[in-house]
Amino acid sequence: MKTSSLLQRVMLLLGALVFMTPFLWMVLVSLKPSHSSLIDVNPWSPAQWTSTPLEWDNYARSLTIRPFALYGWNTTKVTLLGILGEVLSSSLIGYAFARLNFVGRGPLFILILSTMMLPAQVTMVPLFILFRTFGWIDTLKPLIVPAFFGSPFAIFLFRQYFMTIPGSLDEAATIDGASRFQIYWRIILPLAKPVLATVAFFSFLGRWNDFMGPLIYLSSESNFTLALGLASFQGQYSTDWNLMMAASLVVMAPCLLFFFLGQRFFVSSIVLSGLRG
Amino acid sequence: MKRSQSDFIAGFLFALPYLIGLCVFALYPIAMSFYYSFTRYDIFSSPEWIGLANYTELFGDRFFWTSIYNTLYYTFISVPLGMLVAVAAGIAVECQKFRGSLSSGLSFFLPSITPLVAASLLWLWIFNARFGLLNSVITPVLDFLNDFLDSSLTAPGWLADPSWSKPALILMSLWGVGGTMVLYLAALQDVPQSLYEVAELDGAGPFRRFLSVTLPMISPVLFFTLVMGLIAAFQVFLQAYVMTAGGPGDSTTFYCLYLFNNGFLYFRLGYASAMAWILFLLVIAVTFLVFKTTGRYVYYEGEGA
Repeated sequence: MKTSSLLQRVMLLLGALVFMTPFLWMVLVSLKPSHSSLIDVNPWSPAQWTSTPLEWDNYARSLTIRPFALYGWNTTKVTLLGILGEVLSSSLIGYAFARLNFVGRGPLFILILSTMMLPAQVTMVPLFILFRTFGWIDTLKPLIVPAFFGSPFAIFLFRQYFMTIPGSLDEAATIDGASRFQIYWRIILPLAKPVLATVAFFSFLGRWNDFMGPLIYLSSESNFTLALGLASFQGQYSTDWNLMMAASLVVMAPCLLFFFLGQRFFVSSIVLSGLRG
Repeated sequence: MKRSQSDFIAGFLFALPYLIGLCVFALYPIAMSFYYSFTRYDIFSSPEWIGLANYTELFGDRFFWTSIYNTLYYTFISVPLGMLVAVAAGIAVECQKFRGSLSSGLSFFLPSITPLVAASLLWLWIFNARFGLLNSVITPVLDFLNDFLDSSLTAPGWLADPSWSKPALILMSLWGVGGTMVLYLAALQDVPQSLYEVAELDGAGPFRRFLSVTLPMISPVLFFTLVMGLIAAFQVFLQAYVMTAGGPGDSTTFYCLYLFNNGFLYFRLGYASAMAWILFLLVIAVTFLVFKTTGRYVYYEGEGA
């Protein structure tokens, strides 16, 4: 019994190490001088960590070799406005599906769940043509505006979470003369912080990391997002691995940061609302 | 009475953004995509009706069949393998209540939230045949074996070798199973301890307990991740676009990469739409099939109550 649990423990830690090694390696490579980096890096020799001076300069170089500040600003705009739109619209819609009786509620909810399975490729071409007639190609609008009309997964999460909040709260507020919108805005939303954080986080990940959308809709470099800029980096500086890894780490950093900030919310809301019924 | 009437109006108003979004961003494009699939359309001139010509051309298109083969290869290996790794990691994290078990859970999860473009650049180098991380582990082992067995094994070329490029991308996909693992972890924590105790009293060993208690209890989540995993794997695109551009040869020309190239590289929007519709039907068929074949093995706790 004792040895088997020790064995399990060792396996677990080994597994975790295997999953983390690429990250460690990435940091190591990002600090290597140019030119020498390809041949020199053997992560298994401890000398690697001490022999050559660490080039912190790589970070500044990798971010100025292309207009990464501009990419970052574009990505920030798309991400923040997108999160705002997705959270506001999806929570409102989720509230309607959790609490209000209206004609067609059941079938509509099933429709929402089935659009979750719709491959993006089906709508890709017609949406491109639609946004082209709006004159939105090579602007950030196609990446922002649709967020304000709700996203299926977020609606689903909100609805599931709202169902766990006792309906008696709504009734009490109704007796005090609150309107449906006031109940949603002032009572239900403040109680839904964990699911708000979860939806915002997933929305952040999806938008910050989105590649297909920017690839299709953006053409001039001044509108590029980080994901797109990073990919074009690969084509042009494909031997400067140290710079590529440095830039990749910078693009990754906010994802890790937000995860650690919101971590305690996510588990509780996945457990509560995740996949039940 | 008054309340339910105002509820009706409020419900409609609250759901209005979704109704608009559904029509503009889902139903209308689905219908138009269906229409375009029967046309020749290069975006610069208006669509021209050509009947089933796109579909008949597709069925004779060698790259179409290659892309289907590549995609099915990738899907049917990466999805089950990914679920297996995620279950194993989930159980390992759940069973081990010691300091550090949570942080090892975290290290399984972190890769799944890194931007896929950044991960692709990273793995591009991990797979580098001469200087990559992977072969820096494999080569010494093979050298040792070669000395010992007097053989001449060499490390795989990974993305440079058509027969190793798909396994390489599958290996990379395993690195991202952390998101699935978290869902399993949540489900595992939900299994009532009493069930394990009863099973143990009945003389069930660890393996039997896993088969008869754990597996049925987490089957709804397994089922959900199977369906969503299959759908996501059918749409594999970014890794191939960034890392291999479909090569070497056409060994990583996946369905959605070929679709994208037709639509936005060659501007054959009608042809791309026909491909999109075939994908759509394929997704529906596979989802239906999974529901039919494995749906009845899924155990829902509240059922029959």
